[in-house]
Amino acid sequence: MKGNLKEKLMQLVFLLAACASIAAVVLICVFLFGKGIPAIGEIGLIKFLTGTSWKPLQNIYGILPMIVGSIYVTIGAIIIGVPIGILCATYMARFSGPLIHRIMEPAVNLMAGVPSIVYGFFGLVVIVPFMQQTVGGSGKGILTASIMLGIMILPTIIGVSEAAIKAVPDSYYEGALALGATHEVSVFTSVLPAAKSGVVAAVILGVGRAIGETLAVSMIIGNQAIMPESITSGVRTMTTNIILEMGYASGLHREALIATGVVLFAFVLIINLLFSLINRRNKA
Amino acid sequence: MKSLILRMAVKLSALITMIVLAFVVGFVLIKGIPNLNLAMFQWKYTTENVSMMPAIINTLIITVISLAIALPFGIFSAVYLVEYAGRGNKIVGIVRLTTETLSGIPSIIYGLFGYLMFVVALGWSYSVLAGTCTLAIMILPLIMRTTEEALKSVPDAFREGSFGLGAGKLRTVFKVVLPTAVPGILSGVILGIGRIVGETAALIYTAGTVTGVATSLFSSGRTLSVHMYALLSEGLYTKQAYATAVVLLLMVIIINGLSSLVAGKMASKRN
Repeated sequence: MKGNLKEKLMQLVFLLAACASIAAVVLICVFLFGKGIPAIGEIGLIKFLTGTSWKPLQNIYGILPMIVGSIYVTIGAIIIGVPIGILCATYMARFSGPLIHRIMEPAVNLMAGVPSIVYGFFGLVVIVPFMQQTVGGSGKGILTASIMLGIMILPTIIGVSEAAIKAVPDSYYEGALALGATHEVSVFTSVLPAAKSGVVAAVILGVGRAIGETLAVSMIIGNQAIMPESITSGVRTMTTNIILEMGYASGLHREALIATGVVLFAFVLIINLLFSLINRRNKA
Repeated sequence: MKSLILRMAVKLSALITMIVLAFVVGFVLIKGIPNLNLAMFQWKYTTENVSMMPAIINTLIITVISLAIALPFGIFSAVYLVEYAGRGNKIVGIVRLTTETLSGIPSIIYGLFGYLMFVVALGWSYSVLAGTCTLAIMILPLIMRTTEEALKSVPDAFREGSFGLGAGKLRTVFKVVLPTAVPGILSGVILGIGRIVGETAALIYTAGTVTGVATSLFSSGRTLSVHMYALLSEGLYTKQAYATAVVLLLMVIIINGLSSLVAGKMASKRN
């Protein structure tokens, strides 16, 4: 009887632990929305989302430049990171010999493990001076940040797409080969299309990483809270807006920063939703 | 012709990836190692030696406490999901959804949340406790997922054997299933350590940026990544930033090495 009680008690403990992640999400929502939404209400949703000037001293809070900035650098990162990432994953899954694979796999893992602050530092001391020389200007801006984010999302894209490509049954490849296609054509016309949804999931994960990156970006993007004019002009993203001003902001200014977090959170939730939709379709 | 182009494209991409990595790592090591000196490893931080030792110690403290908070929750909830929850259990679906959500949240949002909840609402101010609680939530989905995988890979025969010998469910979980799953859990722990060591955005406004060693749970202390960020944003200490980058990179290389060691052990066990 006593043992039974212990079993029941521990089952309850396990259940409560399982609820921790639910509690965490609820708490995050409560605190972010609880502080952010009143601020959005005070500023006005339309004014907040479509206002093009951010002047905390005059109580003008429009985050359109930051939204645009985040979207631009994310698109830039995709343009740079996705083709290289997918091709590299294809190489690792279907072209490389075991020896090269044994070198490349830990290398990609290491790339994923390098702290973002180190990437940011690398961007600051290597990519920024390089851009100054080749493009001119301050060297900090959308293009610089896109290149660095493209590098940073590479390991995510490679890892997930490689797994997806490897999961394609060999019969697809063999079928194409039997029809007379070469190794390369077989991989690209039958294996890669079959791995499409996994590769798309990889890209979405990369987007999530790029849009959420903060410190590395803040060091090389220029941080001007204005609408960008060209791909070399300095902008500010939603993430850098928060990290730059949170330290000294107070009152409505602080709440507007939290509201920026709410908007970013909404973006991330949409990305997550897309990701799980694709994953679910994969399993079905 | 088409085959040749495709072959060149994949080879070139793989080459670019490796060159970029080699360039980043090589650059940091080659430019950074000459900047290392003993003064940077003195026990006390002053504006003259800009020692990173306190930051290294803080990193250790924060890693250990974050894991101590996240591990029980992560392991127990994985045990519930794998061992207790039956098919079609509603809670399982919700837990899956929330862990997926948690693992997609950017660290700056965690930082913002940690600041609002632990620093402001609970009044802990910038402190190790606020930082570790934030990080514990951040690595929770990672620990859960790896433990879940590890538990699932324990063969059912183990459980049946244990039940057959008359052990109860609880005893089976603690004496048979969990010990078998240790390598898998360990790989999750190592991944978690890597994430904590590299974290900056979630810590700046929770654990704060004080340069000394944190003496209690309620005192602030910067980790090595935050230290590097602070050095760079102050703009005066480029040399020290190089040196810090080297130490950070070495830590990550060691952590990755451990991780593949554990993964290799697991693979050889299975065969």
